[in-house]
Amino acid sequence: MTLVAPAAPGELRVPRSGPWNQRLLAGPKLGGAEPLADHVGRLGGGITDWTGRAGHHQLLERVRRSGLRGRGGGGFPTAEKLAAVRRHGPGSVVVANGSETEPAAGKDDLLLRLRPHLVLDGLLAATRILGARQAFLVAHTAPAVAAVEAALRERPDVPIPVEVVRGPTNFVGGEETALIRWLEGGQALPRYQPPRVVDRGWRGLPTLVQNVETLAHLGLVVRLGPEWFRGAGVADEPGTMLVTLSGAVEAPGVYEVPIGTPLPEVLYVAGADPGAVALLVGGYFGSWLRAPDVQRLTLSRSGLRPAGATPGAGVLHLLPQGTCGLRESGRILAWLAAQGARQCGPCAFGLPAMASALNEVAKTGSEAALEQLERWGDQIEGRGACRHPDGAVNLARSAASAFPDELRRHRSGACGGYRPSLLSLPPAPDPQ
Amino acid sequence: MSGRYLHVDPTLCVGHRLCAEMLPELITLDDFGYPIISADPVPRHLGRLARRTVGACPALALVMDGNPSRRARRDEPRPVPPSG
Ligand SMILES: Cc1cc2nc3c(=O)[nH]c(=O)nc-3n(C[C@H](O)[C@H](O)[C@H](O)COP(=O)(O)O)c2cc1C
Ligand code: SF4
Ligand code: SF4
Repeated sequence: MTLVAPAAPGELRVPRSGPWNQRLLAGPKLGGAEPLADHVGRLGGGITDWTGRAGHHQLLERVRRSGLRGRGGGGFPTAEKLAAVRRHGPGSVVVANGSETEPAAGKDDLLLRLRPHLVLDGLLAATRILGARQAFLVAHTAPAVAAVEAALRERPDVPIPVEVVRGPTNFVGGEETALIRWLEGGQALPRYQPPRVVDRGWRGLPTLVQNVETLAHLGLVVRLGPEWFRGAGVADEPGTMLVTLSGAVEAPGVYEVPIGTPLPEVLYVAGADPGAVALLVGGYFGSWLRAPDVQRLTLSRSGLRPAGATPGAGVLHLLPQGTCGLRESGRILAWLAAQGARQCGPCAFGLPAMASALNEVAKTGSEAALEQLERWGDQIEGRGACRHPDGAVNLARSAASAFPDELRRHRSGACGGYRPSLLSLPPAPDPQ
Repeated sequence: MSGRYLHVDPTLCVGHRLCAEMLPELITLDDFGYPIISADPVPRHLGRLARRTVGACPALALVMDGNPSRRARRDEPRPVPPSG
């Protein structure tokens, strides 16, 4: 069974509103950041023309009815988070999280470089709903910072200070509490919650941390309304999402797809190798899917649930023929273990132990190492200050169950993995 | 009265293991010497001992409050992966 034969048309559960790239990536593709004049012309006015007439209750109601969920990986309902911060009254802080510290991801950077005004629209809408007094926008690369700074200079409608910052480079630095510490001038290390950041975030103020893609959708929801927003995607997860595709595809890169699109269709559009071994969904915290699952599942939280997977922040990696999923997983897990902030015992000692066990499994198919992996996964899960160890445990579990043939081969001393990896695993930087 | 739960802040805990010795009914150790706290509410008859254990932790890493344990919330979306 190949991975990417397109599903039969009768199986498509998603009415497509039109061709892809219709929302965030609509408009001209080349030439860098879209200037304010083009943005305003395309969307029929500035964001304040749309928010100006409505009170914060009405705006929040629009967001609630849209069903927008976070695009930073957790999929949390955005209206609930806004309401939790709003409860404290005005004077809060908004952080647009474009730190995108996962090496295989690129969607936030692309969005900030090509469509900074969409993100700023959402940032200002959130600010308006909350009555916030200060905002930050964190970007991963220097070009993204430059694009956002230039875009900010173009805008006449920015009522509060918006500080644009190049983000931390350590993997856990993109986690909300780590990011807030970093914005306070400290090291980008997570802290234990509670208190939750919606109650006590930046300098103790109630803080909304929202992924930059979430904010871009939010800006469009405020302008065009919840019914429009629900015109793409599925009922409990409306809208489109940005995915970053890498690995055995002809055209790796960022795509905008309606949530709920069948996986084979997503892969087909990027020119996937039909003989690829497996698909990693949800990035380095994610899960491996083999051909039967890829064939039948759709890209949404509910669509992936039967396989115990989630779309995460839309990172998809297609494992090329001739690479070994066990060995690749061992490399990812070792990388994740090294990326831990070494603040919490279960993460600092448990993840390296799990990584060596998985590497042992990848080498010899050892039953004992598999058992250790399972035992340590159960022990560690939920016991870090942040969810970094949980993501790593998820990947380890998925690796242990997704490659039964490979396991058997390794037990008899053979491995099919002879090709170099296409996974991006840069050397671990120190937490700044 | 709603239930009380024990929690450990893992960034403070240094693995003294004292807590697991004082309150083995609710605190066991993982293979790395760090405490695994029961996700169940503290039973009434252990309330006093639990409070004493909280006070005895040299790292001030233990708390008892009304929030259910994070590990108990199995229905929650598990991993929160990073931005894609
Ligand atoms: C280890 C770790 C790394 C994370 N990295 C990022 C990141 O780079 N960008 C991001 O938007 N969210 C990241 N998150 C999730 C954030 O903590 C936060 O949930 C998110 O920014 C909220 O935005 P959303 O509700 O719009 O998705 C990370 C979480 C964890 C546990
Ligand atoms: S769980 Fe790991 S990554 Fe998260 S704060 Fe603790 S040591 Fe750091
Ligand atoms: S007594 Fe405190 S520091 Fe020691 S293991 Fe228990 S929680 Fe950790």
